[in-house]
Amino acid sequence: MTPATLYGLCSAVLVGAGLYGALVNPQPLRKILALNLLGSGTFLLFGVIARRGAAAGLGGDPVPQAMVITGIVVAFSATALAVALLLRVYQETGRTTLEQPAPKDVV
Amino acid sequence: MSLALLADAALVLLVLGLAFWINAASRAFPAVVGYVAFGLLLALAWLRLSAGDVAMTEAAVGSGVTGAVLIAASVRLRSAETEAPPPALPLRLLALLLSGLVTAALAGLVLWTTGPAPSLADQAVQHLPGLGMGNAVTGVLIAYRALDTLLEKVVLLLALMGIWSLAKDRYWGGIPGPSRIQPTNGALILLARLLPPIGIVVAVYILWVGATDPGGAFQGGAILAAMWLLVMLAGLRDAPAISRPWVRLCVTVGPAAFIAVGLTGFALPNGFLSYPDSIAKPLIIAVESVLTLSIAVILGLLVAGPPERQP
Amino acid sequence: MLVGNIATVVLVSLGAVFFLAGTVGLLRFPDSMTRLHALTKADNLGLGLVVLGLLPQVDSVLAALKLVAVWVLTQLAGATVTQLVARAVWRGGGS
Repeated sequence: MTPATLYGLCSAVLVGAGLYGALVNPQPLRKILALNLLGSGTFLLFGVIARRGAAAGLGGDPVPQAMVITGIVVAFSATALAVALLLRVYQETGRTTLEQPAPKDVV
Repeated sequence: MSLALLADAALVLLVLGLAFWINAASRAFPAVVGYVAFGLLLALAWLRLSAGDVAMTEAAVGSGVTGAVLIAASVRLRSAETEAPPPALPLRLLALLLSGLVTAALAGLVLWTTGPAPSLADQAVQHLPGLGMGNAVTGVLIAYRALDTLLEKVVLLLALMGIWSLAKDRYWGGIPGPSRIQPTNGALILLARLLPPIGIVVAVYILWVGATDPGGAFQGGAILAAMWLLVMLAGLRDAPAISRPWVRLCVTVGPAAFIAVGLTGFALPNGFLSYPDSIAKPLIIAVESVLTLSIAVILGLLVAGPPERQP
Repeated sequence: MLVGNIATVVLVSLGAVFFLAGTVGLLRFPDSMTRLHALTKADNLGLGLVVLGLLPQVDSVLAALKLVAVWVLTQLAGATVTQLVARAVWRGGGS
């Protein structure tokens, strides 16, 4: 087994773990965290493919690597926007979940 | 099994263990702290995949700046954190099955395609001498796939506008953050005075070596943003009102310069976003410098959040 | 060259021992203050010895300065963060 294959398997498990967390965890902040795990796994898979495409005296294909750098920054933008939305929902409703409030809580 | 592979396996186990723990932790704050550590370990994994540029970006942006946003949010939400019930067992099993299938498919993909992957490395390296650069990743970001980088700057700006637009009407144009932080913590104040001069030098250095070694505009910009955030956290300077002209100028000047240089490429045979060979390097350095400034200010303001006070 | 290599192996191993001790302390000590105490040993002496051990391996003065800068900056950040955590524990009255 090569290191690239090992990290490839790691990325596969990360994607699965992130997907499961995003589906199952009821707290929006935890969903955001889980989606970031999913993203990290996807980026790592890009890294593995870049490593396997090593050529021209480089340790890896620079094109997917550059795409991942762009991706990390875009993922951060999305996270910051999602967190700001969540905080705004909390300011408006005083709740941190997206569940509908039980009828007795409705004023 | 070689010793290096053993170290890789240990790193993978740590990364996966943390990932499971981030999902399983009972409260948000420890999960977020786990995520910061996860990002730093992932940066080591990137180094093992010979991607130094990505490792630096992951450590600075993926772990550092993202962690700052998430930690601040988890602290503000801590008092309201409720024990929401997880979905019913059949639903969880279904989710587990689905996630398991995705993992199995990706793992199969990794295991059955072992040959050398199709690579654009040759084409990417081909253009480097004309640009006067040695770092292929920077070359791809700024020249070979410059359109991606330009659009990503636009995404950063859009995210910032999205966050600003969440402000209440009466605070529009105001100052981010619920209240001004008072400079009371001696240790933090000392660090906020000592570190920024060093940090600025390091950021400029990382931008400069990005032409030939791992580094570049993102990594340098993230370090600058961290220095700014440190000064704000220590209470030495308040966050700026978002209606200030210099704030608006700083966040737009980078993408604007990039587009301007790109448009001049129309005068050349290769069209939009191409550089004339004779002055490619100075032009790229100039664009990258302005971009670094914009990235730093945008990252800092993304962390600071929507305005919550009047200017 | 041989002397340098021996120095590297000895110093980096010693540094690793401090990291191990610091981690064991972090896991085993009863409260936050003692755990911080254990952690600073790893940061300070562990990293210091690793950096010292790597110095014979570098081929330029600039690279050596970078290594030392890593250690100094970690010290600065570590000391501040330790202060902040300790203060939060003290204020919160928790352990």
